[in-house]
Amino acid sequence: MTAVADPENSGSAPGVGAGGADTPPPPEQQAENRLSRTLQKIARGDTLVVVMSFVFAFIVGSVLIVISDDEVRETLGYFFARPSDAFTAIWQSVSQAYEAMFRGAVFDGPGFSRVAQDLREAGGSGTYVLLPALAAGLRPLTETLTVATPLIIAAAGMAVSFRAGLFNIGGTGQLIVGSMAAGYIGFSWNLPIVVHLLVALLAGLLAGAVWGGFAGFLKARFGANEVISTIMLNWIATYLLFFALKTAAFTGANQSQPTSPSVADTAVLPHLLGSGFRLHAGLILAAGSAVFLWWLMSRSTLGFQFRAVGSNPRAAQVAGISPARTSFLVLAVAGALVGLAGAVHVLGTEKRLTEGVAGSIGFDAITVALLGRSGPVGIVLAGLLFAGLSTGGRFMETNQGVPLDLVQVIQVLVVLFIAAPPLVRTLIGLRRIDHPGAGARVRRAKAASSRGVGSVSAPVGATGVAGGASTGASTAGGEGGSGKAGPPSADDDPSAARAPDPAPPAAPDPDLDPETPGPAEGENPAGEKGETR
Amino acid sequence: MSTAPAVVKDDSEVTRTIDDIRPDSWWHIPATTTVLGLLALVLFGLRGIPGADSVYALAREGDLNPFGIVPESITVPSMAASIVLSVLALLASGALWALQARVARPSARVRVTLIVVFAVAWVLAFMTWVISERTLGVATLLQGTLALAVPLAFGALSGVLSERAGVINIAIEGQLLFGAFGAALVGSIAGSVWVGLLAAPVMALVMGAMLALFAVGYRVQQIIVGVVLNVLAIGITSFFFGTVMRDNPGRFNSPLRLPTLRIPVLADIPVIGRVLFEQNILVYLMWIVVAGLTVALFRTRWGLRVRAVGEHPRAADTVGIAVNRTRWINVMLGSAVAGLGGATLTIGTGVAFGEEMSAGKGYIALAAMILGRYHPIGALLAALTFAFADSLQLRLGTMTAAEGGVAIPGDFLLMLPYVVALFAVAGVVGRVRVPAADGVPYVKQ
Repeated sequence: MTAVADPENSGSAPGVGAGGADTPPPPEQQAENRLSRTLQKIARGDTLVVVMSFVFAFIVGSVLIVISDDEVRETLGYFFARPSDAFTAIWQSVSQAYEAMFRGAVFDGPGFSRVAQDLREAGGSGTYVLLPALAAGLRPLTETLTVATPLIIAAAGMAVSFRAGLFNIGGTGQLIVGSMAAGYIGFSWNLPIVVHLLVALLAGLLAGAVWGGFAGFLKARFGANEVISTIMLNWIATYLLFFALKTAAFTGANQSQPTSPSVADTAVLPHLLGSGFRLHAGLILAAGSAVFLWWLMSRSTLGFQFRAVGSNPRAAQVAGISPARTSFLVLAVAGALVGLAGAVHVLGTEKRLTEGVAGSIGFDAITVALLGRSGPVGIVLAGLLFAGLSTGGRFMETNQGVPLDLVQVIQVLVVLFIAAPPLVRTLIGLRRIDHPGAGARVRRAKAASSRGVGSVSAPVGATGVAGGASTGASTAGGEGGSGKAGPPSADDDPSAARAPDPAPPAAPDPDLDPETPGPAEGENPAGEKGETR
Repeated sequence: MSTAPAVVKDDSEVTRTIDDIRPDSWWHIPATTTVLGLLALVLFGLRGIPGADSVYALAREGDLNPFGIVPESITVPSMAASIVLSVLALLASGALWALQARVARPSARVRVTLIVVFAVAWVLAFMTWVISERTLGVATLLQGTLALAVPLAFGALSGVLSERAGVINIAIEGQLLFGAFGAALVGSIAGSVWVGLLAAPVMALVMGAMLALFAVGYRVQQIIVGVVLNVLAIGITSFFFGTVMRDNPGRFNSPLRLPTLRIPVLADIPVIGRVLFEQNILVYLMWIVVAGLTVALFRTRWGLRVRAVGEHPRAADTVGIAVNRTRWINVMLGSAVAGLGGATLTIGTGVAFGEEMSAGKGYIALAAMILGRYHPIGALLAALTFAFADSLQLRLGTMTAAEGGVAIPGDFLLMLPYVVALFAVAGVVGRVRVPAADGVPYVKQ
């Protein structure tokens, strides 16, 4: 595929946005080019890697299911006598588990047909049958959306810190203090209907900002490593919650149980689909926070400063951006979003504080942000996906007895595989495509480092831009933005010249396309250039 | 192509630059200590329980204690003792003020000594206050400290091994967990605690191999790999805990315990005898590994090569050291060491494996490594500090159940090790020099 495509492309590289060619080729050739390029991209590119990452993750998951299944182990005991038994048992345990997962996450087929049949027997027809049946069938999907809500908001917070080059592992802590603050105001204050909700949400947001900002302050003032300080703050917040749930202020009349009273009706996020479904208005906030992430990181001055510091703190400092101040602000903003997620979770889904209120959202948000490559659309999609996996996993746990932890393993494996495309390509035997010609090693190294890190570690992107100015071939290292936008257009600001600008106003935001993220698009033109030389 | 080193270089500079811009003045240390000292004076001293006594139990009957040189217990009036100790702490913080006013960058030795004096006085004041009307067994407290320090120390040594070679090891938590899991699982199946002890490092090697594969082999951002691997370790171990181990705990997860090896005579020395010479094999192993690693890293050719790889991989490569192979080996060695630490959590303490039983110990080990300045002995001392906080927490947790005296909510006590670690990484001991190529993947030219 590549061998055919390359000579055609080398003449005119219109590129997936490579800055435009001088003379556009005739339409039919262009179409052919696009096709071959698409094929090429599928073969060496990210789509295949993403798909195969999921396939491999689910294969490993299957292995775990099989190992843990009693029946399978039993049949394996007499494997050589009747191997078919073992294969049947293996197939059944795996297929039933994944079927249950789908049923619990997206569409409940049996539920759909049961309701439809009941209504038809009762003499109903047409929409009278269809709508309630659909409602029953799609209930899992609404559950997935409910679970995705705090996940997306928290992941947006994580993305802010990742794009600024800070590793905020403190999601759990920020989420806990956010939910504590929002929950406390929710059940103990008496306020009018809309005001109460807004005040509670704001309290969660502020609490998260304080908790995240504290880690930022320690980093800015004393150089405390944020990875460790945020993790320590997770534990501190956890025990703070445990303590609070033993005090009268948080447990109310019910002192013996470590749970708070229910949040007052005035502070609850309204249901979106009626009270029969748990889906609540937090979903709108989730969409809003994705938009906010996009606006903050690609449109605002503050976001520009964040990215500049993330790419190259020294250059940013020369340009008058204080890295210390920025690292405080980054963690405060990130903490605010995660705190908001906690508030939404407690005001919309949980409605009360318990010891396990935060669950694993704090850590899941990290993987969601990584999988979504810290871009708004990527996060929304990854958040929905992970939420689907965990609601499906919960159904699988009750229905098939496969522990929910399996889902965690699958999620993490997906992230790991996607972070290392060469590994996936090796596994599917496509390794040779990686080094067709000279200079391939460097390119592969760059692709590996930039893709592996994605937009998480902006520094790599930064050098990609810097390198792009000198060699052109190294645009592969950029976030993709460098390949498209050419030299960043932001004045003669020295930091601007080094900072990657992943979202030039006219070009499509690379972060908006999670299936084929920036690096892959940047890689093609770069690769072609490298080979024509 | 010439930009490849630039990729390598800039990636590391994020944290470093931010560290570098930390201001030279360090008024925050005397300021913090003064606030804490005043707090101790008021809370532990002036507002203590009047007339109460605090008892520290020392020697035990049957100890090797000629003529009773070491008393069986020391009884002090709680309030008076706390006040004296708080004042001592305040004096140390006053000395820090004086030092801060005179020199912008004092020698670390003087500063650390003053901080240690402050900390010891402060902690003693706190303890004296807390155990008003009660008795604290000093030997038990220290024995617990050493036992609790073992997983932290092994974890921190794992960090030292891999970070000295230039690979950030956030995955200590996962390595500990896998070690604990392997020791419990294999030990139970084999029915022998010694097999479990061997299985722990082997199981942790799986984690180490994955870290090396992704961080060294595929050059994925190392902090990300570490965090993600920790989640993977929790997922896999919890999965098997929820299936195989729960279905048949007797066969796959029985609580085994390494025997306590008592060294005769020496173990009869009052207080420290029990602490140092009445422990299980892992504790003795910890001393050996710390000593061995210190010598190996700083006195052998191998150590020089490892440090060269961690500081300047290109130079190391130029003189013929296989950079990535060294990193692979060190990460694997480190994970095996951390696996021994994991074994402490299950077979070392005689409990069955539990979900997420490492409970953040890997991260505390990471903090210990940084606090110990990437040196085995420093890491051990830091691990002992955190373990002391943990041991104190455990002792006080059981004591507060008793009648009378001071009661501190158990959750705040549980918080203690994490608060201490947070304080520690917030630069109490000043700037830490990170190996120059730490976290930077090496691409051969």
